[in-house]
Amino acid sequence: MEIPAELESQIDEVITHYPVSKRSASLPLLHLFQEYFGRIEDEAIEWVARKLELEPINVLELVTFYPMFRREPLGKHHIRVCRTLSCAMAGGYQLLDTFCKHANIVREQSGHGDHLLKSTDGKYSIEFVECLASCGFGPVCMIDDDFFEAVAQEEVPQLLEKYQ
Amino acid sequence: MASTVRTPHPREKRIIFRNIDRPGWTNDIDCYFRDGGYAELKKAFTMKPEQIVNEVKASGLRGRGGAGFPCGVKWGFIKPGGPKPVYLICNADESEPGTFKDRYIIHQDPHQLLEGTVISCYAVNARLAYIYIRGEFPLGAKILERALAEARQHGFLGKNILGSGFDCEIYVHRGAGAYICGEETGLIESMEGKRPYPRIKPPYFPAVLGLYMCPTIVNNVETLCNVKHIVRMGGAEYAKMGKPNNTGTRLLCVSGDVQKPGYYEFEVGGITLGELIYDICGGLRPGRKLRAVIPGGSSAKVLSVADRYKIKSRQPDGSMLEKEMGLEEVPIDFDTLAAAGSMAGSGGIIVMDDSRDMVWALNNINEFYAHESCGQCTPCREGSLWMKKITERMVHGGGTKQDTDTLKSVADNIAGRTICAFGEACAWPTQSFVAKFRDDFVAKSAGKENGSGLR
Repeated sequence: MEIPAELESQIDEVITHYPVSKRSASLPLLHLFQEYFGRIEDEAIEWVARKLELEPINVLELVTFYPMFRREPLGKHHIRVCRTLSCAMAGGYQLLDTFCKHANIVREQSGHGDHLLKSTDGKYSIEFVECLASCGFGPVCMIDDDFFEAVAQEEVPQLLEKYQ
Repeated sequence: MASTVRTPHPREKRIIFRNIDRPGWTNDIDCYFRDGGYAELKKAFTMKPEQIVNEVKASGLRGRGGAGFPCGVKWGFIKPGGPKPVYLICNADESEPGTFKDRYIIHQDPHQLLEGTVISCYAVNARLAYIYIRGEFPLGAKILERALAEARQHGFLGKNILGSGFDCEIYVHRGAGAYICGEETGLIESMEGKRPYPRIKPPYFPAVLGLYMCPTIVNNVETLCNVKHIVRMGGAEYAKMGKPNNTGTRLLCVSGDVQKPGYYEFEVGGITLGELIYDICGGLRPGRKLRAVIPGGSSAKVLSVADRYKIKSRQPDGSMLEKEMGLEEVPIDFDTLAAAGSMAGSGGIIVMDDSRDMVWALNNINEFYAHESCGQCTPCREGSLWMKKITERMVHGGGTKQDTDTLKSVADNIAGRTICAFGEACAWPTQSFVAKFRDDFVAKSAGKENGSGLR
């Protein structure tokens, strides 16, 4: 696996934050890989394990546990809609539907635990996530790393327009 | 998406949230300096660490993350001069549904958190600290990284801080979307690079065995911010705010069916649920009546407006007085909400009016816990999913006559039977919703006998 020098220097720097145990750097390294490559591939797991002197299973079991890590590529822009109670009361379920409609995403079933849904052109992917901690201003969502609160259904097209 | 200016309500007492939405306030260190920033850190270094621990004990500060454990007592578990290094972790994994307070401290006033954290590190002699921030706060993590770099530049971190001889380093550690990382021993496992399976108790406190099997203090963001103000005011003065055993101020996050949801800061117990809903939050939507309140994050037991609450409280002369009150008269503090059968928890207050379907609401909560159970203990792993399946079929009209009792029985078999408090956290909503709104559940499950083909 080809690791760009810039990424490797970030990795080496982050490992210094954990002088007691390199293993603690597992999550930060996975974040760096995912940010750079868009997902966590087998080679990344092996690379991280070698770097931190772990068995690959020690890294794989993190990737399969933590919901934010991806084995499959996301759309060019990734939308996360909060599903939890306060947002649901404010229209969170409808918000996901509206995003799907305007982003050409076919929604197979409602609720959590759906596989990642993607638009046919690969531009957008969408998922429900649990509480994003802005419950007073629901429904809330994230597009990539940007956060939006009190999103009205009619604002969805212009919001998508910004993420081409 | 409209960004609103949120001016504080005149009844609020803003200490921790003093700078939140403050006109002209920015989150860089220069702005913090202009406001007298890091003066308390300098003051702390004129004190002995034990003195700070004593001030925090005298303040009566209780943890703001959910359990409400006295902070000074927790710190007191650290024996000075022990053979092992001490670590401090700031729990910034804010994930309890209904809670959205730490977000604003991190984004708008990160230096308040850093100052409180360095003071706390000095008090418990921790030379290495981490801020465990949830993965869903990518901007918050960047802001903290920048604030740490600024603090380092000004000598508030690193070797021999301000000539005190005390060394301390703080790093940001990002989670990756798992609620269980808010449980302190799960958080520690996660910090060690493992799956965040909570640890078996005892030892009950990471202060005994924590990160890397060393004494570790885990404190919530709001708790650590309070430490700065305790150093400023002195513990005794701080304890004058609020009421005995419920001191200081509390950040309350209000969501759900009120006209003006949002975050507010009051003296603990200084306001009742009714005052909060009607006076501060503008009341309910037109034509609606109050039905229920979840007072401390989604794990807290729901309280119904139809019930009367018998609250015992200690009087100034030491005697106990029992008073019966309605939901709207209940003051928001740790002890009263516990006496009312729920908890102040993380300060997340979810208000529900009479348009809400209680089965639907519980199903939403159950889906959260079914998704977030770490899977380590069988009662929780299986039970949280069963509860979700039962409420889901009730919502969709497929309930059986036995479902209400089955639901309660599943919940009863989780609470108290798991390694960590997630078992209670997922059982309490079901137990309380079924107890308080039994008719709603029976109505939704009256359809079919068991064995109707629904599995």
